Amino acid sequence: MNDFAHLLDRLGYEPRRNAKLRLLQDYFARTPDPERGYALGAMTGSLSFREAKPALIRGLVEARIDPVLFRLSHNYVGDLAETTALIWPAPAEANEAGIGHNNPPPPSLAEVVETLATTAKKDLPGHLATWLDALDETGRWALLKLVTGNLRVGVSARLAKTAVGALGGHEADAVEEVWHGLEPPFASLFAWIEGRAERPETLNPAPFRPPMLSHPIEDRDDLDKLEPEAFSAEWKWDGIRVQLVGGRDREGVQVGRVYSRTGEDITHAFPDLAEAITFEGALDGELLILRDGRVQSFNVLQQRLNRKSVTGKLLEEFPAHVRAYDLLASEGEDLRPEPFSARRERLEAVIRRLDHARIDISPLVPFADWDALAAARADPASVGAGEDADAIEGVMLKRRNSAYLPGRPKGPWWKWKREPHIVDAVMMYAQRGHGKRSSFYSDYTFGVWREAPEGGDELVPVGKAYHGFTDAELAKLDRYVRNHTTKRFGPVREVAYGREAGLVLEIAFEGVQRSTRHKSGVAMRFPRVSRIRWDKPAAEADRIDVLERILARGEKEIAPGASLQEDA
Amino acid sequence: MSTRASDLLTLTREGLYCPLGSFHVDPTWPVARALITHGHADHARAGHAHVMATPETLRIMAVRYGEDFCGSSQEAKLGETLRVGDVSVRFVPAGHVLGSAQIVIEHEGVRVVVSGDYKRAPDPTCLPFEVVPCDVFITEATFGLPVFTHPDTRGEVRKLIASQRLFPERAHIVGAYALGKAQRVMALLREEGWDGPIHLHGAMEKLTDLYKREGIPLGETRKVVAAERKDLAGAIVICPPSSIQDVWSRKFPDPVTCFASGWMRVRARARQKGVELPLVISDHADWPDLCRTIRETGAGEVWVTHGQEDALVHWCGSVGIRAKPLHLLGYGDDGEAEPVAAGTEEAA
Repeated sequence: MNDFAHLLDRLGYEPRRNAKLRLLQDYFARTPDPERGYALGAMTGSLSFREAKPALIRGLVEARIDPVLFRLSHNYVGDLAETTALIWPAPAEANEAGIGHNNPPPPSLAEVVETLATTAKKDLPGHLATWLDALDETGRWALLKLVTGNLRVGVSARLAKTAVGALGGHEADAVEEVWHGLEPPFASLFAWIEGRAERPETLNPAPFRPPMLSHPIEDRDDLDKLEPEAFSAEWKWDGIRVQLVGGRDREGVQVGRVYSRTGEDITHAFPDLAEAITFEGALDGELLILRDGRVQSFNVLQQRLNRKSVTGKLLEEFPAHVRAYDLLASEGEDLRPEPFSARRERLEAVIRRLDHARIDISPLVPFADWDALAAARADPASVGAGEDADAIEGVMLKRRNSAYLPGRPKGPWWKWKREPHIVDAVMMYAQRGHGKRSSFYSDYTFGVWREAPEGGDELVPVGKAYHGFTDAELAKLDRYVRNHTTKRFGPVREVAYGREAGLVLEIAFEGVQRSTRHKSGVAMRFPRVSRIRWDKPAAEADRIDVLERILARGEKEIAPGASLQEDA
Repeated sequence: MSTRASDLLTLTREGLYCPLGSFHVDPTWPVARALITHGHADHARAGHAHVMATPETLRIMAVRYGEDFCGSSQEAKLGETLRVGDVSVRFVPAGHVLGSAQIVIEHEGVRVVVSGDYKRAPDPTCLPFEVVPCDVFITEATFGLPVFTHPDTRGEVRKLIASQRLFPERAHIVGAYALGKAQRVMALLREEGWDGPIHLHGAMEKLTDLYKREGIPLGETRKVVAAERKDLAGAIVICPPSSIQDVWSRKFPDPVTCFASGWMRVRARARQKGVELPLVISDHADWPDLCRTIRETGAGEVWVTHGQEDALVHWCGSVGIRAKPLHLLGYGDDGEAEPVAAGTEEAA
């Protein structure tokens, strides 16, 4: 475990991808099975065991350290695992002679994972405490990251698979192909990679295929570098990306699976979609909620996603739908090497044959040149999007002759999102961030003006933003917060705000929804700081009416049948 | 007893003030009479009418601000008792940087110690901290959280030397504050047997020369010439923290970014600065030493000037010592007090 921990530690400090890859390859080459297989499992998020809740960790520490001091430390460090690793007192024997002969040796990763998989809930704290005593500081940190299910250390699953593949001269995609169907500690995978055994059989009749992702178009200059005639355009739907895969198992029984874009099997949450998978093949598309044939806003979709149990009522109120835009495989044939135009033709045929109300095709958006596309993006209703226009968040551009490549290749696919909403708000509170931002005041609660119940105007908080600025701007914002603090509440500071004082932040956001959590009654979607208005007096910030108007526009989707309101 | 600690020391806009002696300690604004604990820019500012400090601190201020950094000055020799107004004053080593001192203020049997910034760990470039029993101890709390226990500096410097041996084709760029930390790192490198030249960013030069003139052996140092950076494979280079991510450091052969600071104990801090080799070397007391020092002074009351005051005040309460935070603004610009400050220190 200490060895694995030191690998993670070094990876965390190493910014260069190739150097990370070398470290990983070196680790996989010199570490025996099953230790390295569990390490691969940990880095790809494929271990499953009873995770320790943060409260359990806190309980262990607070039995050893003053809870107030621990809480202050945690606020400061911004990471429970690291705080605990740093603050954990050395066991008594180890202090005496330097080496605690009574202490057990540090556990291996395999021991930790295998114990966690079988351990009863009541025995978990005891195991953890014993391990924490035996491990060094870095080992404690890695153990806690692992058991809380939080092991993100600057290595993507993709990079780990790339390193494993490279051991035997294979590409990462070759590893991805056999991946679903394998389990930690991946002995058969390593045996194949090292040339000691045959390629593992894929047992999954409906496997996930890594999706192809796009790059953003930031402005017209990006666009003008591309030739319009080489691309097809589609609407970019405001839903979640899914893959529908159908196949037959060895008994010939039809199997249907719904995968998220990260390859998580979410079939259980969408029985209504799973029963629609009567085909053999893999569809790439957007999960949406449709009511009376109309796409609902993301707010509505979220209400279904947030539900834990899938009831009949939920299925009826929030009917799931997939709008397909690509076909990756069909009838046992891998279509990914085919050009987009050919895949699109096959997709149209498959959807026609399927003829299912829950699955349709995302239409192509016709355009002659970029100006025409810009006009379509600005007003989707004008080019056939009809009443679904509000659920469109931009356009996608796909190069017609491009193959379907997993990952985010530069060039073939582009997303051109619609312009965000903008509001000028005043910073009211600031909180220390986490991770890379820990100890910087990087999370800002901001407010807009409204009429106060007792007359006059007051600022009311409407949201919180924690990105959109550069590191240099963050340093300035942090300094501003420290120099304008009026009150402190633990990790939160209140800054000076009012008609005469305050910093205006230009906030970009994607939408507004009703909220019972905010005093203002509204909450924004994806708010981020788009500009810092050092120049603008707080008195000139926007009023809540701006948000109310956007909300009024969106609510006609939530309440189907309500009369359409005029855009303000 | 007629005198109380609050008669000896109060808080004004400029910082701590002694009404009976008519002087400020480490004021953050120009004042008539200032007593200065040490030469870091946040404690020692230019423009006071009269300054009293140790001879080393006065010379450091003259190097940083020019000979006319104040109207007039008076040397306070370590251990010597001086009379200022109605109080007696004594400067005692604080172990923070060269010339750093605690200031002991006494009147009618009541004794207050303003410790300034201090540490208890050994430092080859300055005199060790001396415990002075007192009624009120005024402490810093830069590392006032129990997650901060500084490791032995020798191990940290050995990490640097080992990394240099592992990557002889790369240059090791070590960010360190220009006053104190930089020279301590040099002296520690010498103690661990590094006998090659140590390369310095221009901003390090004047203060390093001053340390050498004060008789502290630092071995051969060389100022980095811009045009020769590409030839410095295998070199150890010391520069201000703000330069480690600068284009300045990118011109060295495949630089390894190192940073010598107590903050390096927290991973997120190291990552924020893009540090690849963190070196946990601090000129401030860590949590165990803050607590130990408070106990050893026997003080019945503790005032906390700056840093993580909440935790230290809480701890004092838990062991029956009265304590209060002073929330002094303006301190903590020595590159260690807050991580953001590191990018803003002046080129000394």
